[in-house]
Formats: sequence, structure tokens, C-alpha cells
Amino acid sequence: MSDHHHKETFVTKYIFSQDHKMISKQFLVTGIFMGIIGVMMSMLFRLQIAWPEKSFTIVEAFLGSHQTDGVMDADMYLALVTIHGTIMVFFVLTAGLSGTFSNLLIPLQIGARDMASGFLNMISYWLFFTSSIIMVISLFVEAGPASAGWTIYPPLSALPQAIPGSGLGMTLWLVSMAIFIASSLIGSLNYIVTIFNLRTKGMKMTRMPLTMWAFFITAIIGVVSFPVLLSAALLLIFDRSFGTSFFLSDIFISGEVLHYQGGSPVLFEHLFWFLGHPEVYIVLLPALGITSEIIATNSRKPIFGYRAMIGSIMAIAFLSTIVWGHHMFISGMNPFLGSVFTFTTVLIAIPSAVKAFNYITTLWKGNLQMNPAMLFSIGLVSTFVTGGLTGLVLGDSALDINVHDTYFVVAHFHLVMGVSAILGMFAGVYHWFPKMYGKMMNKTLGYWHFWITMIAAYGVFFPMHFIGLAGLPRRYYTNTNFPMFDDVADVNVVITLFAILGGVAQLLFLANFFISIYRGQKATQNPWKSNTLEWTTPVEHIHGNWPGKIPEVHRWAYDYSKVDENGEYLHGEDFVLQTTPLLEGEEDPS
Amino acid sequence: MQALFYIFIAIAIGVSFWQITRILNFRSVIATDKDNDTQGKLFLAFTAFFYAMMIYCLIFMNVLMLPESASIEGEHDDNLFNITFILIGVVQFIMQFVLFYFSYKYRGKKENKALFFADSHKLEAIWTIIPGVTIIILIGYGLWQWNNIMDLSDAKDPVIIEVYAKQFSWEARYAGEDNALGRGNVHYIKGLNTMGVDMSDLNAQDDKKLSAIEPIMYLPKGRKVVFKFRSQDVLHSAYMPHFRAQMNCVPGMVTEFGFTPKFTTEEMRVQSEVVAKTAVINEIRKKNGDDPYEFDFILLCNKICGASHFNMQMKIVVVEQEEFDKWYAEQPTLGQELAVK
Repeated sequence: MSDHHHKETFVTKYIFSQDHKMISKQFLVTGIFMGIIGVMMSMLFRLQIAWPEKSFTIVEAFLGSHQTDGVMDADMYLALVTIHGTIMVFFVLTAGLSGTFSNLLIPLQIGARDMASGFLNMISYWLFFTSSIIMVISLFVEAGPASAGWTIYPPLSALPQAIPGSGLGMTLWLVSMAIFIASSLIGSLNYIVTIFNLRTKGMKMTRMPLTMWAFFITAIIGVVSFPVLLSAALLLIFDRSFGTSFFLSDIFISGEVLHYQGGSPVLFEHLFWFLGHPEVYIVLLPALGITSEIIATNSRKPIFGYRAMIGSIMAIAFLSTIVWGHHMFISGMNPFLGSVFTFTTVLIAIPSAVKAFNYITTLWKGNLQMNPAMLFSIGLVSTFVTGGLTGLVLGDSALDINVHDTYFVVAHFHLVMGVSAILGMFAGVYHWFPKMYGKMMNKTLGYWHFWITMIAAYGVFFPMHFIGLAGLPRRYYTNTNFPMFDDVADVNVVITLFAILGGVAQLLFLANFFISIYRGQKATQNPWKSNTLEWTTPVEHIHGNWPGKIPEVHRWAYDYSKVDENGEYLHGEDFVLQTTPLLEGEEDPS
Repeated sequence: MQALFYIFIAIAIGVSFWQITRILNFRSVIATDKDNDTQGKLFLAFTAFFYAMMIYCLIFMNVLMLPESASIEGEHDDNLFNITFILIGVVQFIMQFVLFYFSYKYRGKKENKALFFADSHKLEAIWTIIPGVTIIILIGYGLWQWNNIMDLSDAKDPVIIEVYAKQFSWEARYAGEDNALGRGNVHYIKGLNTMGVDMSDLNAQDDKKLSAIEPIMYLPKGRKVVFKFRSQDVLHSAYMPHFRAQMNCVPGMVTEFGFTPKFTTEEMRVQSEVVAKTAVINEIRKKNGDDPYEFDFILLCNKICGASHFNMQMKIVVVEQEEFDKWYAEQPTLGQELAVK
């Protein structure tokens, strides 16, 4: 049946596999595991925010020596928010999302037997795995894990005297991230090379599905910006361990003046956000790419404005590298720079708006198939709009002054990149699960999962805008020291209840995911009646993806519901595989 | 005992899940017309929930929000914020409705055909240009205001105050008779000289430092105050939300920010929004058995700085110029203070 070239052992098939499909599953499962840790942390610190003095058995059980009588310590609170941010942004939404779907879909959707380098692909996963292990180990360090915020601004992150988490915990964080960056770079280079070189016959760049465009541009942003974070991490390691002064100067702490002279924490902020902002799009663009594909398929309509979508992705990618300063309006950098960054930042609203409008137009007069993946995609568009709009407040330097680092920011970025990207990731899992495991996921559990998640997400993050506008700073262990914030306490309780609801709802997903692997219905070859190439491969995974020759591509990916002048489907059905040759006189937009 | 209880619950949840998977048909996998119909209607129901929540938040959480700006410069911030907020509110209400309504309206049926509609340059041009123009106007105002706030070069006879941040408290120093601050550096920190002022600098002798025990920063109403921020150890951020003011305190450099207080603390306490907010707060405090709260301006730390970040604050009191002068005259100069001991 399949053309096995070499014998596979258990180890080469399931562990040190070089097959992109297996590597993608490895990324997904590792990502889910890290996701469970990240979400559980958020629930722990939400308990603390809602009921600051209350004792919880669960806190006692998980936090060991970092709690007293079931109330977590202030240091541990900061550690939890730090590691929650790090894990969710990098380990779940970068590696878990991009790693999973780029690996699975790039060869399948462009018609390649595998990635350009299967070996590097394997290395990429195992570096990610190593960095995950190190990050998890750092949670068990005696003085606590890194706790200077996920942005690890020095001097706080550089000086163990300033916060206990800046000792061994921070060292492990930096080592873990350095390895993570290496993994990400190797992966990204592989994606770019594969897309450039291994497209099948007829697969012009302008015939690629939007998922491919999104992954492709994401990989380019990663290659451009991740190395800068690596340099920041290395310089910080030098400052911490070898006494250099890249980021430190004039510090008096624990009763003594430290030797550091001439460095600047602002430099670190520049380096950090040069990655940090593009990172938002590294997280978001793959989710948007997945959504484009799913919305088109399930609307039984071509995606509206294919070329405008590509243009928007490119515009967003370009702009994302020149807006980092909007995180630093009040960092002490020259106000003139602030003006420039305000201008570039707010420009991003234009391509983002184009994307949102195009999604909505795609739904218009469609024949919407409400599969779970489709619900999650519609949910993504909703949270993307809600979260994106408040960006107009934050991107405007004059307004940012007063909401900077308040819960308004927390609400904004969680909706626009956190919730949106995670909804995109779920959409992708529900949609391509048949391709990954040859089984289908249960739709009823999928529906419940979606609706509870959606209600919980808005229940958590919508009211959060308003406590931000009350001036409540983020990363406060408790707000009880400020009577002026007493009136937001009730809101915080409601938010925590929604957060717990949302967290618990993910059990539905986990159950559905793992049970379906074993008990799910066997998938058919093209369950969603989709046009793209991955649905022409056999359900059972084989090395090289297609038995025999790789099919040739004759058209773009979005010929859904194409009709002739009599209103009959041109090809007899409401979808046309990309491999179907053009009829005489039939037009192809590519 | 409690742990056993939780384990029991976990097992119960696990068992019920397993049962659910048996009842649920794991073979039901692709949406049918019936699903399309139900889910489409659920989108409509969700719209109702979502709009109810948004409207509830907009109306009932209004009282939580900060009162009107207490600085003259902040007026434009409030203005710009209101314009932006109304704009994004309108767009939000329209776009979410269209999105969910389409999801309901075009829910799939077997006999329906989707419309093959791949492109329209006219539509795309419209939704590129409209946001483009709106945004240019918004940032035009925003940048004018930014310049307005950040440009401190034309301040006439300002009060100059150095705010010094350290784990986990604030100190402040006024510029004295000559209205010029003496040099500061961590190397000069010694004994009572907690802000590290270089006393050999001639400008330093007449500077006035707030008492280290419960410092309260006095500001005169109607006069521009220029703050110079320094930090002793890690990054901090001086956040004065009522004045729409915030600036990071960075070790190794001096940052600055300025504003003109518009109301005294007493005036602010009788301002209608403040009265409403205080009433809500006091009701809650009464229930919890806490002392009643009285409005005060505040400086708080808004950049993660360590374990007690959540309690790094200083009270600010705005008074009329005469009262400020009286208070100011009573403060000892740094020269006197350091010479005595």
C-alpha cells in the first residue's frame, strides 16, 4: 500500500521521527501539556486576585513552600503571572500553534513529500521539547521560578537581591528561551525553504491557500525578530553572570552600590520589544490563516478578497517590525520617537480592518456549515474585532499614558492575541484532526466547548477593560491596600468565576481530543468537502504523503459553489479540488 | 480529609466523563442541517447575551472609572479618549451584530447554494479608505496632545520636584529657593541622605526633601509641576491616574513629566463623580467593617518591581498656592537637615 523506503522502529516512528506529520502531533501534544500548566496557573492567581486573604486547599497543594496556610506568597504570585505569560505566548501559541500546523500543513497543502529538511525539523521539535522541560524544571527551583514578568525587564530580572525569582529560576528561564529561539529559528527557516522550493507542479504562489501565506509570512517575521531576543537574552546572561553592564547602571540595593555603570534598561526594552511586538503577529497570523481556510470551506464560498488578504498579511508583517516602541511610550525614551511609533502603530489598524471586513463578507450569502471548527473561527473574528478596537486607545501615545500597564491592557491583548489565537488553534485542531489521527472529533462536545469558552472569554475580558479604566495596575498581588480600588473587588470575583468556568470547559476539549484518538469515528478522505491538497492524501499516514506521483495543481484553493450560467454547479458539486483541471473556458483567478 | 474529598470529586468527574462518552454518539461528527439551524440560532442568542453584557458594563461600570482629569493637560486626554471610545463603541456594536447576524441568517441548508463572490475592488477600497481617514484624524489629535504633554520646555516658573523610587517606597525632593535640583547619584546615598544628593553641588543645599515617615507630596493648584524621576534599584513607574500622568523611573537616567493641577484635594472631594464613587466604596467598606474612605490623590507604582509592588504608594495633596507656600516654608532645607545630625 505505502511506499516504505526503510524499516521503521518504534523509536524512529514515534519518538525521533523525521516525518512532518508525526512531528506536528508531537508539537501539538507538548503544546497542550504546556497549555494545561499555563491555564492552571492563571486559575491559581485569579483565586488570589478575587479572594486575596482566603485560604485554598488547592493553593496549598500546588505551591508547597511558596504559600502560608493556603494563601500564596507575593513572590509566587508574580512568578505565576510571569510563567503563565511565558508559557502561553511562547510554548502554546508560538510552538504549539505554529509548530503544529506549519508542520502538518505546509507539505500537505503545497504538495511536497515532506519538509525540505526532515532532520532539522526533528531537531526543531527536540529543542522545543528540551526548552519545555527546562521551563518546567524551573518551576521547582527552591527560590521560585522567574518572576519579573514575562517581559523580564532588568534590573529586576538581573538582580536576585531584587526578587528571589531572579536567581536560578531566571537563569533557567533564559536558557530555556535561548533553546526555544533556536528551535523556532530552525523551524521557520525550514518552513520558508519548503514553501519556496517544494511546491508541486502548478502550485503558483498565488494559488496557495491563505494558510500557507500566513505560515510563510509568520516564519519570515520569526526569522527577522527572534534573533534579536536571543541577543537580548545573551546580553542579560552576561550582565547577570559575568558582571557586564549592558542594561544596568547606578544601582543601590540591599545597602550597597553595585558596580554596574553606563548600561540602560531602556536598551533591553528596545531589544525585547523588537521581538515582542512581532511576536503578537507570530501568534496571530497562523490563527488568521487557519480561520481563512475554515471560514471559506464551511461557508462553501471563496474567501473574499484573496489578494487583499495576502496584501494585508504582508502589510501587517512589515508594520509589525516598526511599531515596537508603542510598548515604551513612557519608558523614558525620546517623546519624538513616541510620535513616530504612534503613527506606525495605528496604521496597522487598516490591514487588520480589511481582514475583518473580508471575513464577514465571506459569510455573506454563504451556506454556512456549523462544524465546531467553523464556530471557533467565527468566534475568532469576534474577539479579534473586540480586542483590536481597543488597540486604537493603546496605540495612541497620549491615551496610553493613563492606561499603560493597567488591566485595560491585559483585557486588550488577551482578547486580540490570546483568546483569538487560542480559538484559531482549536479551530485548526477540530478541522484537521481527521488529517492528524485519521479519526473524527465529536461535534456535540465541540459545540459545548465552543459556547462555554466563548461566554467565559467575554465574561473574563470584557469587564476587565473597565477595572483598567478605574486605574487598577496589573500585577498587583492584592488591591486591598488601596481603598480607591475597593469598588472593583466584586468585578474581580465575577471575572475569576468566569475564568474558572472557562478553564474547566477545556476539560471537554481534552476529553474529546484524547477519546476521539481512540474511539472516534474513522475519517473519510475529505470530510469537510474541501478543495485543498491535503484532502487528496490517504487517511492512513504514509511516508511521502501521496502513494505514487504528487498530484498537479490546476486552480486556486477557493472554487467553492462555482456555477455555470444556468446556476448549476460547474463541476457537479459545491467544491472543486485544486487538482481538477480547468474546463474549457473556465476562469481561474490566480 | 479535604484532599480525600477532592480526589473523590476528581474520580467522580472522570467517571461521569466516561459515561458521557458512552452516551454521546462519538460517531456524530459532521454538522447536519439540524445542527446548522441550532447553532445559527445560538449565535443569535449569543448576540443577545453579548449585547446585554456590553450595555450592562457600559452603564453600571461607569461609576468605577476614574473621575474627570484633575490636571489641565489631562482635559484633552479625556476628550480624545471619549471620541475614540465612542468611535470604537459604534464600530464594535455594528460589526459584532453583522458578524453574528450573518452567522444566523446564512446558516446552511442542503438545498441552498452559496454565492460565488470572490472579489470587489470597490468594497475593498471603501473599507481601506474609511478606516484610513478616520485613523489619520484620530492620531492627528493624539499627536498634537502628546506634544502638548511631553514638551516641558516652555513651562514658566514651574515647581520642580524630583521623585525618587525604590523598593518599595517613594521619596520626593523640591528644588528650593533657586528652583534647581542638586545632582543626585546612588554613590552619595549615606545615612540621612537617602536620595543620594551630591551635597557639594551648590544647588543642593536649599533643596527640600519630604519626611521619610509617611511622606505626603504637596502640589499647588494652577501652577505647572515638572517632575524629574529617578530610581534607586529597579524599574518603577510613577503613575498618578487622576492627573492622567505616568512615567517610568529608570536607574541610571532621569525621566520627566509635567502637569498643572486643576483642582485642590478639597475641591475634588465634592466633585460629583468622586462623590458617587466614594459613596459606592464606603458602602462596601462599611459591609467589610473598614474605616470610611476619603478621596485622595495618589502616586502608585505601575511597573512590576518586586514582592511589595502592590503596596508602593504615596499620598498627593493639592492645595491653593498660598497654602502651598506656607507649607513649603515650614520644610527644612536639605542643608539644614543633613547638618544637624
